[in-house]
Amino acid sequence: MTEKIKLQRPKGFFSKFDRRPGPVKTNMHYCPGCGHGIMHKLIAEALADFDMQQNTIFIAPVGCAVFTYYYFDCGGISVPHGRAPAVATGIVRATPDAHVISYQGDGDLAAIGLNNFLQAANRGENMVVFFVNNAIYGMTGGQMAPTTLPGQKTVTCPNGRSTVNEGYPLKVSEMVAALDSPVYVERVALSTTKNIMQARRAVRKALQNVINKKGFSMVEALSGCPVNLNFNAQEMNEFIDNQMMSYFPLGCLKDIADNRDPIKRPVSIYAKNKVKAVLFPQAVDGGVDAEFENPSELFKKERRIKCAGFGGQGILSLGMMIASMAKLRNFNVSWLPSYGPEKRGGTANCSVVLSRSEVGSPLIDSDCNLLIAMNQPSIDKYLPELKDKGVLLYDSSTASAPENIGNRIVYSVAASNIAEKMGSIKCANSVMLGALAVILRDYFLEKDDPQDFDRVFEEAILDCFSHKKNTIRLNFNAYYAGKKAALEILQSSTVKG
Amino acid sequence: MAEKKRKIFSVKIAPQECKGCSRCVNACPKSVLKIQENINQMGYFFATYTGDGCVGCGACFYNCPEPGAVTIYEKSEE
Repeated sequence: MTEKIKLQRPKGFFSKFDRRPGPVKTNMHYCPGCGHGIMHKLIAEALADFDMQQNTIFIAPVGCAVFTYYYFDCGGISVPHGRAPAVATGIVRATPDAHVISYQGDGDLAAIGLNNFLQAANRGENMVVFFVNNAIYGMTGGQMAPTTLPGQKTVTCPNGRSTVNEGYPLKVSEMVAALDSPVYVERVALSTTKNIMQARRAVRKALQNVINKKGFSMVEALSGCPVNLNFNAQEMNEFIDNQMMSYFPLGCLKDIADNRDPIKRPVSIYAKNKVKAVLFPQAVDGGVDAEFENPSELFKKERRIKCAGFGGQGILSLGMMIASMAKLRNFNVSWLPSYGPEKRGGTANCSVVLSRSEVGSPLIDSDCNLLIAMNQPSIDKYLPELKDKGVLLYDSSTASAPENIGNRIVYSVAASNIAEKMGSIKCANSVMLGALAVILRDYFLEKDDPQDFDRVFEEAILDCFSHKKNTIRLNFNAYYAGKKAALEILQSSTVKG
Repeated sequence: MAEKKRKIFSVKIAPQECKGCSRCVNACPKSVLKIQENINQMGYFFATYTGDGCVGCGACFYNCPEPGAVTIYEKSEE
């Protein structure tokens, strides 16, 4: 006589649930008769049988199954409510060889996370979603879910779900099967032995699709929540088989995995310098070495700069050039444009923050160091935000000098007029930049290397217009014209003074 | 040699892991499982094998929501 074990605790589970708090380390935390336990078992068995635990990342939902990392002997990650497919997308794009399993309930997937889920399905990410549908919110005490059956009584619909008020249950599998990307969609039930064995086949097929990189697979499992629905085991199965199945018919809704080629993704890059090269492919001529830091005390403080004017004057580009300039000198930079209908005509503005340490808020609504205004409304609107002893630079061809400037320092240059003479009013922003290069000399630079200061402005123009090569020359000319004009103004004022 | 080996199956339910949901009892085609009249450490009336008649179909194993409560053994006569 030889005795062997035919069926035992699946190897996909930890042999002891050490992560689970409390004295019990062999049981799950689920209520008696819970469908999650059955589904977990089927998945754990398949994980071990396919020898895929090393490469598997199991994404825990919010809901009763939030503690899957107690149980499954594979990689695990817990995510906010409904976001499992979004996180799974990130994982599977960064590590294309990972087998990503998203395990979600009906409140998680069909309510808050429906868009995340549908978009991931539509992109055809190589992942499997196990959707456990028990027709209510189980963990929170049995509230109405999107999949609650018509007429079914729950805590939040004590008179039964009304299709007039709450609509009909969401048929998630049918929705997903209607999309082109998913390769495998099946609805199974965790009720009778026959249905459970069909569920086992479906789970295995879905995991096999992930291993073969076929794309998006989903298995919807109709599951019981006997405690919240107040059923015993027999009644629970009858409820699933008779009532849930009449609304959610079982069966394979889509299986086109055999006709699909495996998904191929580019090899991931992790090395820091290589990532930088991919993100910033445009090499800028000149520049300083990566360790360079201007020793001036002034640069230790955060600089908060606001550019404002009419849409189309190049306000955002001007802000971008200033930000690039700081970027080239190893500042931490934020550039925040104001988005809105004003972007096409009307007023536009952007906030630029330069800092040696981390940039706090990219938003500037007070304590502005430098305001660059290219029209009258901008001066009127943003001057109160300018700090005492802050600098205002405005375009004297479109705006006039403000009153009540206090201790603020004011410069102006007729940028639009100069730009128009240069051939295009569009380059007024570069004229402003040129003026800035002159006036900032004393204010921002103090007594540091002036050549380096000039060079950084030129590099910023090159950097910003690198995708519009034919405008670089024009902008350079405008920049020098702006510089010249500002110098003239400065000299005449010192002569007068 | 050609004589077919007779297989004997038995099922063992770990008393401390059973939560007494009685899914296995309902699922067993041979009705060889029953719920005990005493309780386990967790306070559940747990299921046991009556001792005879298991055919090793695995219905109780797959119906059981607990990971390691049900184990099915297979003996084959030499």
